[in-house]
Amino acid sequence: MTALSIGDVIAERTFVLTRDSLVRYAGASGDFNPIHYRDDIARSVGLSGVLAHGMLTMGFAVQPVVDWIGDPARVLDYQVRFTRPVPVDATDGATVAVVAKIGALESGEVGPDQDGPDQDGPDQVGPDIARIDLTVTFDGSTVLGKAQVRVRLG
Amino acid sequence: MPVNPALQGRVFPPTAPYLVAREKIREFARAVFSDSPLSLDVSAARAAGYDDLVASPTFAVVVQESTLAQLLAEPDAGIDFSRVVHGDQRFSFSRPIVAGDELVATLTIAGVKSLGGHSMVTAQSDITDASGEHVVTATSTLVVRGDE
Repeated sequence: MTALSIGDVIAERTFVLTRDSLVRYAGASGDFNPIHYRDDIARSVGLSGVLAHGMLTMGFAVQPVVDWIGDPARVLDYQVRFTRPVPVDATDGATVAVVAKIGALESGEVGPDQDGPDQDGPDQVGPDIARIDLTVTFDGSTVLGKAQVRVRLG
Repeated sequence: MPVNPALQGRVFPPTAPYLVAREKIREFARAVFSDSPLSLDVSAARAAGYDDLVASPTFAVVVQESTLAQLLAEPDAGIDFSRVVHGDQRFSFSRPIVAGDELVATLTIAGVKSLGGHSMVTAQSDITDASGEHVVTATSTLVVRGDE
């Protein structure tokens, strides 16, 4: 983790969603909005068909970063904007690509060590926090905006 | 009916405690395509210094959900669920959620804005553990579409 530069791609992964994925996420999350499993209801509110839960996309898009950093506890902050829906075809599903890049590196003292600030031991220094920017695309278009994960490196 | 601007600043009663179960962490991890051993394998989580399985980053939505239900059920809120679109979402952590945690969420309506006939409601759910310590804040912006 020492030679990170802004713009480095730290992880890439492709996810194949099927209707089964949506049913599984509905059960796991408790979000049973029927637009995520019933085409007739999705169409009745003007959609082309069943869509993935935005929170499902948010949930898997961070996984390449978790794998890279090795520990979900190093994720300090994670935000996304839902900019475009992901329709999931009953037969073909939907393939969503995630590319994770270093967006910013924050160095220097981020907090005191256990002995308190500026006491005997050194305070935390070095490249402490990285902002990882996620590019999440379906069918050639991005589906999340301002998708950023702040992670603790040290 | 527009969203009631008087919602701004309203703080809701804390939710009933949510006990985070090990199998729920596994179920959620599988649903978001997680391969993280810390979310799936208790011995790996313990070797990394945790008491039990560590939840995936977006697991807090399971706890947040009951606060959004409070908001939608508020009689004077003026929020028609069928017109709600999820605009954005954020999780800010003090520490990860671990199996065995008993979590309580307190909803604050941080903002109500009107924008071109739509309303934007910022719902901030502060999630704390059994000792009252902050674990994570989950913030959603809900876009409530106006009459078309």
